[in-house]
Amino acid sequence: MFAQRPDPRPATVEVFVGDAALRVPEGSTAAAAVMLAGLPAIRETPVNGSPRLPYCMMGICFDCLAEIDGVANRQACMVTVRPGMRIAPQHGARAARMSA
Amino acid sequence: MTDLAIIGAGPAGLAAAIEAASLGLSVTVIDEQPAPGGQIFRNVERASSDPALAGEYGSDGAALVRRFRAAIQAGGIDYRASTTLWHLDTVGGVLSLRGESGTGSLVAQRVLLATGAQERPVPIPGWTLPNVLTAGAAQILLKQAGAVPRGRTVLAGQGPLLWLLADQLAKAGATPALLLETTPRGALRQALPAGLAGAGFWRGRAMLAKGATLMAASRRAGMRVISHVTGLRAEGEGRLQRITWDGGGSTEADTLLLHEGVIPSTHVSRALGLPHQWDETQLCWRPEVDAWGATPNPLLAVAGDGAGIGGWQAATATGALAALDAACRLGRLPEHARDSRAVPHRHLLRRMLALRPFLDRLYAPAPGVLAPADDDTIVCRCEEVTAGQVRAAAALGATGPNQAKAYLRTGMGPCQGRMCGTTVAAVIAQARGIPIAEAGALRPRAPFKPITVGELADLPAG
Ligand SMILES: Cc1cc2nc3c(=O)[nH]c(=O)nc-3n(C[C@H](O)[C@H](O)[C@H](O)COP(=O)(O)OP(=O)(O)OC[C@H]3O[C@@H](n4cnc5c(N)ncnc54)[C@H](O)[C@@H]3O)c2cc1C
Ligand code: FES
Repeated sequence: MFAQRPDPRPATVEVFVGDAALRVPEGSTAAAAVMLAGLPAIRETPVNGSPRLPYCMMGICFDCLAEIDGVANRQACMVTVRPGMRIAPQHGARAARMSA
Repeated sequence: MTDLAIIGAGPAGLAAAIEAASLGLSVTVIDEQPAPGGQIFRNVERASSDPALAGEYGSDGAALVRRFRAAIQAGGIDYRASTTLWHLDTVGGVLSLRGESGTGSLVAQRVLLATGAQERPVPIPGWTLPNVLTAGAAQILLKQAGAVPRGRTVLAGQGPLLWLLADQLAKAGATPALLLETTPRGALRQALPAGLAGAGFWRGRAMLAKGATLMAASRRAGMRVISHVTGLRAEGEGRLQRITWDGGGSTEADTLLLHEGVIPSTHVSRALGLPHQWDETQLCWRPEVDAWGATPNPLLAVAGDGAGIGGWQAATATGALAALDAACRLGRLPEHARDSRAVPHRHLLRRMLALRPFLDRLYAPAPGVLAPADDDTIVCRCEEVTAGQVRAAAALGATGPNQAKAYLRTGMGPCQGRMCGTTVAAVIAQARGIPIAEAGALRPRAPFKPITVGELADLPAG
């Protein structure tokens, strides 16, 4: 779990993680909001159903896939927060596959 | 149409853009981040005054980004933030981009990949548990959101970035409780000759001094250090609760931050079919480039950590060199002028690389980091494939990661093998008794990042 430091970075952007409202600093990502909200998991794996939270925060691992403003399978660590953004964990959904 | 398209607004891409624009080239800079700075100077325009990030980030980083903004003002640079390169037609020089307002394309006469590095995967048992992150991830949370891990934080692994993070967290009021350092006994003695050769220690003395200061500071702040740790395991029910290691070591933890150095992000350069070499010293793949960053492909160059790990200052030098070469190739700069302008950049590059051979040897990842010994350890996080399964596939005839993909789906999940590719190659190489270079690198395909059918449909025809 992560904690904010309002002194250097005031929390000014309100977002919703699950149903809970939360303020985070400008420039944060949806994945940061999930970590700050203290969610136990952002998704469960489609294969074994194990819980995951962000691992790399830089777009490499795809462990942060979440539903953002109604769109599933978004890389939450690559999405900058906007006022009113809704970030929901996704359960079991298989992520979009790329290669044939 | 742009003269030079630069992918990546990190130190390499920023230096390249500033140099190229000053030579009169039209430049387009594309980066998926919302602001310039790359990995090291991420979000620096908002966070440079955070006392926890004082030092290189707050001073040099902020200055570099200011120079880039000034160059944009002066004209010649089209900077596209929050934009991802997801396909590149290397014949026509057509870049397929996705930005906040949808997809689009751009034609460039030359393309510079300045896509940087990623952290080396650290596949230990339990590394997929919630609250196990990379050290870089914690640093990103600090830079982006000013956030710090709460509770008992343990760092594990090795390398300069780990000590830097420890110091930054300490300054942010969240000193890690413990560092489990994995550098083996005797590594320092073995690395010494590489530091003495070519006066590496002397030329890299400022860097050495900085490292020593960081180490002393985090210890002073109260971080305990246990050295020569092997057999790391993360354990817990549904989340990290405990870390154990060989010799009966065990500690409770709320957050575990792993780090075994950084490796070039070669996803895009491999997908483009560029030739890559296995670097025996840095133990990673790197694209083949000449002294200007040019690849064998007439359109493409690579600069910065994406071409081999050298750190941010080396990245600015290779970025500038690639820009000079682009101007020369496009007929805007005679060869002799390119060569003479290159001199200060080559000088900086040599100075910045002086300490690398020593650091690369000192912090070489243990064989168990490259290829986990424990059969139950997950190597492919997406498809939850274990080291044992990869070894079984090797026994059945998989000769490299491209074949393993057909047996196990490793590399077919959403990350397209960014996390598992190197580990799968190392496990197969070990099982078959062949060099990693022979097992080969995964050959990913475009799109480089997932793109929806709707976005594809939005593209203009032709
Ligand atoms: C997480 C992390 C943290 C680091 N922190 C430090 C540090 O604190 N101090 C230090 O000395 N070194 C640090 N490093 C090492 C660092 O990589 C280099 O020193 C420096 O950032 C390299 O600069 P670069 O320009 O080569 O690449 P980067 O700075 O990595 O820049 C590459 C840029 O390319 C963009 N990009 C990549 N692919 C695409 C694409 N397909 N489309 C659009 N844009 C794309 C990325 O968004 C990124 O901004 C860190 C590395 C990592 C991975
Ligand atoms: S946390 Fe790794 S891709 Fe988002």
